Amino acid sequence: TPVIQALWRPRREDYLRPGADTTAIMPAVSKGDGMRGLAVFISDIRNCKSKEAEIKRINKELANIRSKFKGDKALDGYSKKKYVCKLLFIFLLGHDIDFGHMEAVNLLSSNKYTEKQIGYLFISVLVNSNSELIRLINNAIKNDLASRNPTFMCLALHCIANVGSREMGEAFAADIPRILVAGDSMDSVKQSAALCLLRLYKASPDLVPMGEWTARVVHLLNDQHMGVVTAAVSLITCLCKKNPDDFKTCISLAVSRLSRIVSSASTDLQDYTYYFVPAPWLSVKLLRLLQCYPPPEDAAVKGRLVECLETVLNKAQEPPKSKKVQHSNAKNAILFETISLIIHYDSEPNLLVRACNQLGQFLQHRETNLRYLALESMCTLASSEFSHEAVKTHIDTVINALKTERDVSVRQRAADLLYAMCDRSNAKQIVSEMLRYLETADYAIREEIVLKVAILAEKYAVDYSWYVDTILNLIRIAGDYVSEEVWYRVLQIVTNRDDVQGYAAKTVFEALQAPACHENMVKVGGYILGEFGNLIAGDPRSSPPVQFSLLHSKFHLCSVATRALLLSTYIKFINLFPETKATIQGVLRAGSQLRNADVELQQRAVEYLTLSSVASTDVLATVLEEMPPFPERESSILAKLKRKKGPGAASALDDGRRDPSSNDINGGVEPTPSTVSTPSPSADLLGLRAAPPPAAPPASAGAGNLLVDVFDGPAAQPSLGPTPEEAFLRFVCKNNGVLFENQLLQIGVKSEFRQNLGRMYLFYGNKTSVQFQNFSPTVVHPGDLQTHILSAPPALRSQVDGGAQVQQVLNIECLRDFLTPPLLSVRFRYGGAPQALTLKLPVTINKFFQPTEMAAQDFFQRWKQLSLPQQEAQKIFKANHPMDAEVTKAKLLGFGSALLDNVDPNPENFVGAGIIQTKALQVGCLLRLEPNAQAQMYRLTLRTSKESVSRHLCELLAQQF
Amino acid sequence: MSLHGIRFILIQNRAGKTRLAKWYMQFDDDEKQKLIEEVHAVVTVRDAKHTNFVEFRNFKIIYRRYAGLYFCICVDVNDNNLAYLEAIHNFVEVLNEYFHNVCELDLVFNFYKVYTVVDEMFLAGEIRETSQTKVLKQLLMLQSLE
Repeated sequence: TPVIQALWRPRREDYLRPGADTTAIMPAVSKGDGMRGLAVFISDIRNCKSKEAEIKRINKELANIRSKFKGDKALDGYSKKKYVCKLLFIFLLGHDIDFGHMEAVNLLSSNKYTEKQIGYLFISVLVNSNSELIRLINNAIKNDLASRNPTFMCLALHCIANVGSREMGEAFAADIPRILVAGDSMDSVKQSAALCLLRLYKASPDLVPMGEWTARVVHLLNDQHMGVVTAAVSLITCLCKKNPDDFKTCISLAVSRLSRIVSSASTDLQDYTYYFVPAPWLSVKLLRLLQCYPPPEDAAVKGRLVECLETVLNKAQEPPKSKKVQHSNAKNAILFETISLIIHYDSEPNLLVRACNQLGQFLQHRETNLRYLALESMCTLASSEFSHEAVKTHIDTVINALKTERDVSVRQRAADLLYAMCDRSNAKQIVSEMLRYLETADYAIREEIVLKVAILAEKYAVDYSWYVDTILNLIRIAGDYVSEEVWYRVLQIVTNRDDVQGYAAKTVFEALQAPACHENMVKVGGYILGEFGNLIAGDPRSSPPVQFSLLHSKFHLCSVATRALLLSTYIKFINLFPETKATIQGVLRAGSQLRNADVELQQRAVEYLTLSSVASTDVLATVLEEMPPFPERESSILAKLKRKKGPGAASALDDGRRDPSSNDINGGVEPTPSTVSTPSPSADLLGLRAAPPPAAPPASAGAGNLLVDVFDGPAAQPSLGPTPEEAFLRFVCKNNGVLFENQLLQIGVKSEFRQNLGRMYLFYGNKTSVQFQNFSPTVVHPGDLQTHILSAPPALRSQVDGGAQVQQVLNIECLRDFLTPPLLSVRFRYGGAPQALTLKLPVTINKFFQPTEMAAQDFFQRWKQLSLPQQEAQKIFKANHPMDAEVTKAKLLGFGSALLDNVDPNPENFVGAGIIQTKALQVGCLLRLEPNAQAQMYRLTLRTSKESVSRHLCELLAQQF
Repeated sequence: MSLHGIRFILIQNRAGKTRLAKWYMQFDDDEKQKLIEEVHAVVTVRDAKHTNFVEFRNFKIIYRRYAGLYFCICVDVNDNNLAYLEAIHNFVEVLNEYFHNVCELDLVFNFYKVYTVVDEMFLAGEIRETSQTKVLKQLLMLQSLE
């Protein structure tokens, strides 16, 4: 564009050619300006024909400067400045500088601006933590801050802001707020002080305590000087994230400031109007500040804000006041930030749809920047229930972008958006377009597209033959980019769904006919035919020998891993198709297999050959039976996609852009104890083993207060049926059932335990017709229980559709005995309102009981061995339920111990034994329950080798009767 | 939302020579050199049909080319692209005014003044002052000081 060209004098570039003589032409400013020696030196360096010449010239200069600094004659300020500046130049060329620091520090106390400036610049660029110098530097800064000379004060503040070290923070963090809010500080000083404070706060927040200055900082939003406001908004935005309540008053001030800017005419703000756009950067900053908070509570403020947002949307429709790109960029910077705020609030359907329409126009704009930004922004709109449908109307434009955009990053945004707008209604179209795109897609994004297609195909598969076709197409088109996760997953699904097995076998058989097919296809084909080849064996075109020879024709071209898989297919064929036995045995017997250099292949060949020769048909059929269904669990593909995208880039995909800010709000509004908020399950896992064992909770923790906390967010619903505490207690003696239910959400549990290991399936059902957003269940471990979270909840973009159920699997390992169960923390947004609840997961120590049968005399012998007072725990309590012997028996068995008959002389009594299995130790437990029907009382006695276990088991069990 | 603002500002020529490097985050010298090289590699392969934004590690670079120079600002992925793109242009216009038709050589010979211009307009990784009139007035005032 002409503007840009006019800004630079390209003809001057001629002088920049290597070897050009530049000494004759000094740039305009430097000519009449002081340091001629510096200009000459720079010219010399530029004239050097080689790196060696440059180094030689620099060494000469360094020697010169060193001798000047060491000389007897005291240098005047000008020379000092010049030499320090030369040193700086040499440093910036990439050479080490090991002297001159003291001279630079000396310049700080000069009373001439140009000398001071060079001194500060040197210090800022070459930070040196030499403590002696830091003291001198801080001293000079202190003097300048106290000088009341705004120029010097700004230099000092900029130095602190540029260095931002802890030492400087300690020295000045207390002074800067004072300078910032002092009535007599100049505007430019306030600007610098605000950002200087921001830097110190970012580096060491502990050094910047909030104080009475806080309120006055907020009022800087009203300052007459727009530059002061510009700097102050940044500071407030940073401070309010950690102290939202202290800064809450900024909302109304920001809204009224924004409103004044947005409604001003294009020339009202004079200096702050940029290409006819009033204060674009300040507007953007104010809009970002507002994104730190939920929508204003005050109706008047909210009304005013909505008006602002509407004005911005209206202005986007007005004809431009200038054809210059600067005008439209500045205007659209505000527009995009406005849309971000609208998406952040996610509560104004009208604005969301208008935003979507506006972005829709940009999708076809001639500016690539705008098309890119519109695609990116629409991605987040797609996840709002209010605008999802509106986004979907642009599907054709987005598909077109995927096909025609020249910039790969734009195509990538288009793919992200298609993924985000995908639902049952358009899945087939989107998946087929993505598959088509994959044929020509850039290598850099192929794997990601493959993962997206695989996820969409699975999530929206109505008939599984479509799913199988899609995955096989993926392998055909981009086999190299189909990771194990993807093709494992298709095998799992085919194995688990018998309605698709025949189709899968047929399709894979056809795919293998291709003369060159990808090795991943051979793997999938080998596995599927080995399991389900019989389903197509009736067709003479795919008779067993044909299937075998087709697979075997690929064998020699494949890697060891694939060949190993094929050998397994072959032995399965011997079982499925006895008529192939001789051929396959011949293959296994061949020297190339039996004496294969690869141990794995050799072993398989030897073992399979022997198995097929010695085993009877029945044994063979049992050993080589069809694979059992895989446990239904969330595919690991999604996790992989998230890993791939990285923390920053995840935004477009899984709504990560909005998560952090909404978490900020939650964190501010809800008193979340730090132990409960787990940023990521993996971090938590690592932390757990390393952490010192937490202090043992008080004994009462097991008895009372079983409900840890149900945060009452604004729209929290009362729970139905049993309280979470009651529900938790019921799980002591059973493994399956409903753990929690309110009007929004039901959480079901299925679990199984063996020795010290357990697996728990959690089912989250959305009982409403509205989608839950940012749905994130996490597990926290206050105790010694280590819980491995195998998979994230499967909802794409962390959403649970209305009426849908999602599943989470936890693998649990008990490391040692524990008292406190792990906590399940569930957070999501329902209709824009944050919901949070924390429940105790029904994992109690008795789950790791292994029942032990023993004879009466053994029981009594052990009972006596555990006779220390602390080994026994006893409780006498009133029956809470009818005293039914069968029910009691069932509960005791559910509790986990073995029930021993003929041990207690009184047949009414119950006696049990078992071992608590933990990784670190085993705890033998004996128990005795004596009902007294007349008194409606029980006496429960526990004896174990560990005091805490005895007491805990006793408390848990006593609450069951 | 980001707590960090601008991570760094770079001015480089097509050959990869750095004309300004302003860091708002702690990097050691090797890391800085690596970043400089990576940014150059990422930005110079793009043409006018490309956007002015490019993903970079976990950040993004907002850049604009003026004659032989690339002005690059590194920010968080969720920062406002167009606001920073125009912040670059605003900065360039100030340089142009201050150096009376700026060219690459001005930045070389007056490198120490360029830092002053930057600090007037950007501080602590944030936009400090956006009014060209105010910035130029201040720069001329400083120019007049001894």
